[in-house]
Amino acid sequence: MFENILSLFRLLLLLSLVVCAIATALSKRVMTAIILFTSYSIVMAVVWLLLRSPDLAITEAAVGAGVNGVLFFLTLRKLHLIDRDFDEQEKKAKVKTEEVNGHEKA
Amino acid sequence: MKKRNLSEKIRQWYEGELSFDEKIAEPVVHIPAGTHDQQPPETKTKIRIVHRLENTEIKISRVGYGVLSVVFCLIICSILISTALFLPGFADKEAPTANEVYEHYVGAGRDQTGAVNTVAGMILDYRAFDTLGESFVLFTATCAVLLLLEGHKAALNRAKSTFTYATDPIVGIAAKIVVPVILVFGVYVLFNGHLSPGGGFSGGAILGTGLILYAQAYGDERAARVIPAGAIRGITIAALSFYCLSKSYSFFTGNEFNGVHSVIGPGTPGDFLSGGLILPLNLAVGLVVCCTMYTFYMIFTRGRLD
Amino acid sequence: MNITLNLEELTAMLLFGIGFTMLVFSRNLLKKVLGLNIIDTGVYLFLASMGYIEGNLTPIVPPTGPVDPGIYINPIPTGLVLTGIVVSVSFSALMLALAVRLYKKYRTLNLDEIYARCDREDGED
Repeated sequence: MFENILSLFRLLLLLSLVVCAIATALSKRVMTAIILFTSYSIVMAVVWLLLRSPDLAITEAAVGAGVNGVLFFLTLRKLHLIDRDFDEQEKKAKVKTEEVNGHEKA
Repeated sequence: MKKRNLSEKIRQWYEGELSFDEKIAEPVVHIPAGTHDQQPPETKTKIRIVHRLENTEIKISRVGYGVLSVVFCLIICSILISTALFLPGFADKEAPTANEVYEHYVGAGRDQTGAVNTVAGMILDYRAFDTLGESFVLFTATCAVLLLLEGHKAALNRAKSTFTYATDPIVGIAAKIVVPVILVFGVYVLFNGHLSPGGGFSGGAILGTGLILYAQAYGDERAARVIPAGAIRGITIAALSFYCLSKSYSFFTGNEFNGVHSVIGPGTPGDFLSGGLILPLNLAVGLVVCCTMYTFYMIFTRGRLD
Repeated sequence: MNITLNLEELTAMLLFGIGFTMLVFSRNLLKKVLGLNIIDTGVYLFLASMGYIEGNLTPIVPPTGPVDPGIYINPIPTGLVLTGIVVSVSFSALMLALAVRLYKKYRTLNLDEIYARCDREDGED
């Protein structure tokens, strides 16, 4: 009974790995793809644990889900491709044009 | 945006055969003002027709591209899976991977290296040369990222922002609680690599993520002041040199024929101070990994280490 | 002919295929790097599944007494993958740095547009 539940769990984990990978490949926005890849890494850490390699689980959880995701997000922020940054830039541009218009009126 | 014959079109535009009013290369291509209006009307209609044709072409090619990629993926997967079906059995004791090398590493590893964790004993004693090369790969990657993305100090001062998450109820306060725990756990994993799962790579990565969280929560300025650039450089160089020298000593004295024996023995397996050189080598690898992760973060956010 | 159905290995093959397709067919540079990371993890999963032995323990042996190698899994793939994971993150950092430089020069991450602008620059010279 226990063995069956564990094998079912393993099957589910591997299935979710494939689903996460396909979703990463098909997502239009890079932000979504990165978040999906982070979840993929977390599932991968559990798979390592089931394969009796806790060293790999610790490393994957810290590196794949932590540092890798952070690096991708930082790249997006550096290139100003995150939507929030876009909004802020638009607001700044609006404020600037309004200021210019106000000066011209005055 | 998938465009066919784009380079050819651009060349045509250069030679004056075609007007190029599409939004392809906006920041680079500056269409001279008035070019568009001066064209005779028949050219304009021709261009419009060409555009319409190309738009349908683009749509078809986009769909074709997606279908092609799916077909490619299926072909690759089917080839690989059909090969994997004929591999030796999974989780099998009789598989050819479970050979005498594995038996020697597990059976004699504890008494030869002094490490209870066979993985740590393997990567830092039997295969230490591999790990040395790997640390140098990390070092080289750090150097390359620094070369590619390091900014000027003047630009840093211009773009100075005083905003931090230190007073933020989620990031700031949670970081205050979580960062010490992460760092202590990282140090534990780092120092117990020969006794329990973990070791240099895992512990270094955990320490690096702790430092990244600290820098994210309290601002890069403060992180750069707390952890100066010279310290990071010095720690990396010292750790790599220590690794080189200690493994040179170990390789030299490990030879039975020159009559020199190592003064560092494997010790009592299970003790904290055991495993010969494995504990200091774990420390060295962990420090290199930690400094690499932190350097990546600082270069990608701040552009500089100091 | 001996056909075996190994879930881990099949998953690893599928992951390799998906990642390779992403690497070749995606036009966005960041998604290419993500595809490369998926290939990495697929290869690691394949390696680690080769070392797994059903019902055996993590290779952490008792401090005293004789050691029976038959009850532990194979530690060699674990060690290889352990070094590989950390190399893959430094590798993706290098790729991302190159992508940032390309973006700074051409103001886009789309490979087609980068090619177009490269051609245009060649035409200028």
